[in-house]
Amino acid sequence: MAERPIVSIAHLSKSYRRGGEDVPVLRDITLDIARGEFIALMGPSGSGKSTLLNLIAGIDKPDAGTLLVDGDDITRLSEAELADWRAAHVGFVFQFYNLMPVLDAFENVELPLMLTALSRRERRARVETALALVGLSDRMEHNPNELSGGQQQRVAIARAIIADPTIIVADEPTGDLDRKSAEDVLALLRRLNGEMGKTIIMVSHDPHAVESAERVMHLEKGELVPDVVPAQAKTPGGFPSARE
Amino acid sequence: MTLRRAAMHYLKLVLKNLFRHRLRSALTVTGLVVAILAFGLLQTVVQAWYAGADMASASRLITRNATSLVFPLPIYYRERIKAIDGVKAVAVSNWFGGIYKDQSYGNFFPQFAVDDEVWFDLFPEFRTRPEELLAWKKDQQGAMVGRQLADEHGFKVGDTIPIKGTIFPGVWEFHVDGIFEPRDDATITRQMYFHWDYLNEQMKKLFPKRAEYAGLFVVQIADPGRAAEISQAIDKEFRNSLAETLTETEKAFQLGFVAQTETIVMAVRVVSFVVILIIFAVVANTMAMTARERLSEYATLKALGFDPAFVAALILGESVALTTLGGILGIALTFPVAAAFKSLLSAVFPVFNVAPQTVALQALAALGVGLAAGLLPSIRAARVRIVEGLRYIG
Repeated sequence: MAERPIVSIAHLSKSYRRGGEDVPVLRDITLDIARGEFIALMGPSGSGKSTLLNLIAGIDKPDAGTLLVDGDDITRLSEAELADWRAAHVGFVFQFYNLMPVLDAFENVELPLMLTALSRRERRARVETALALVGLSDRMEHNPNELSGGQQQRVAIARAIIADPTIIVADEPTGDLDRKSAEDVLALLRRLNGEMGKTIIMVSHDPHAVESAERVMHLEKGELVPDVVPAQAKTPGGFPSARE
Repeated sequence: MTLRRAAMHYLKLVLKNLFRHRLRSALTVTGLVVAILAFGLLQTVVQAWYAGADMASASRLITRNATSLVFPLPIYYRERIKAIDGVKAVAVSNWFGGIYKDQSYGNFFPQFAVDDEVWFDLFPEFRTRPEELLAWKKDQQGAMVGRQLADEHGFKVGDTIPIKGTIFPGVWEFHVDGIFEPRDDATITRQMYFHWDYLNEQMKKLFPKRAEYAGLFVVQIADPGRAAEISQAIDKEFRNSLAETLTETEKAFQLGFVAQTETIVMAVRVVSFVVILIIFAVVANTMAMTARERLSEYATLKALGFDPAFVAALILGESVALTTLGGILGIALTFPVAAAFKSLLSAVFPVFNVAPQTVALQALAALGVGLAAGLLPSIRAARVRIVEGLRYIG
């Protein structure tokens, strides 16, 4: 029997009201994402890819359709329930890192753990492990303005994984980085997916970035176009998925 | 999240955010310090205006000419008032209005011709030394000088004070026989008392028609609860006479003077609140700007699972922390500035003390400004849609 998808979307629609008119952004989206999959959403500006990511992450609500994440229909949750759900199930990686400027790397990574019942010692152990994983053990006490863009994004990735979320959503994670830093971040995401089995849903414009994904979904004018599997994934040198 | 951990984490964020834009925070706190200080000083000015009334005793009545305070009363009224049921003692008091050295503000001080036998019994808030009081009673040209006045002009027992009369012509010389001390900070001791008998004897010699008159009578009553009844009885005693009387409590009498300048007092009071209103606008602008700049951070916190109430409390906390800091500094500065104010303007405000209720009002104003200024930005940040907030570039 096939494993239940971690994300199951059926007939999802979303429109925004602009200038007194409803502008459809997503139309009748149906999509399953498997546990441990690394999926990329591509498409031109305004295609609805970020909106779809936001809906999956529970920071926006659809107009119609169902959206199950690990069996929970998150479209039925209240704002407060959604907040708790996000804290437990979603790790966020943003284009501009979105770190708290007044907190150092350690405190930024620790932030999601403030919503858990973990002791101070447990939190410290987890944060140190996460920062070691992203290669920033020696930058724990550095504030974001003392870190490069690539380092900041790695802190954001450490923050995203610290609470062991069900899914990691990454919105243009390399959009603000130079090529070298972008490659480091992508390698990190691939490692999280490959070695730790993390489900990653990434939005990107960058064709090079999406090569890291096992599956690439294209959106155009709010609709999904058939799956595209990156050529790299088909070769022996392709990145292994968690399901392999 | 346990409550203690939440509180610690919350405080850490609030304090770190507070000093994020140091120049902006410093300027806002400076504005707050000035506003809270100005508010405290203006409130103290208002209270100083009422110092005379605050000093008034409930067991003292003032009987004066019903037509106007400028018209005197015959001295024989004293015995008739004394005979009225409920009256314990009566003392005469005449405003002398003389000039010491020159007419400058700094050299002005009140002088009164009073009954030496009972005066200091009627005013227990003035502490005298028995030997000085006795010496004064024996010395016809003697005077008792208040501590504040003595300190200001360096008067000592044995000094002679020459005063040029204005209402009572001539140059009058008074011997300082004693210095009376205030019972507490609210007691005014910036005045001089001398013998009414000395004044009267001089009047008999120089202007006989002006002799045997009192400016007013201070009436001591046994039961303050009977003040209204005794006042009516005194005034009834002199009804239809050539000099009808008006008797009122000492407090009402003092408030009558304040009422003459009521508009000024009201203006000072209004200005003190306008100052708070202005600083509220400044802090509200600072907090609105701060919250707008950090919308994406608040959206991030909400995305991570933090409650909107936590986000709102962050802004509100920062606003209150800012005004608390300004409030504490403003209150702390009020005391030395009020002391400097007092030494410069003692002729106008002999009592200029920062009252506990003024400090409470200052603290309340700082807290109120903090809460009110942070309210709207905090609601806005709590309500911001995460998707919109994340897009915001501050």
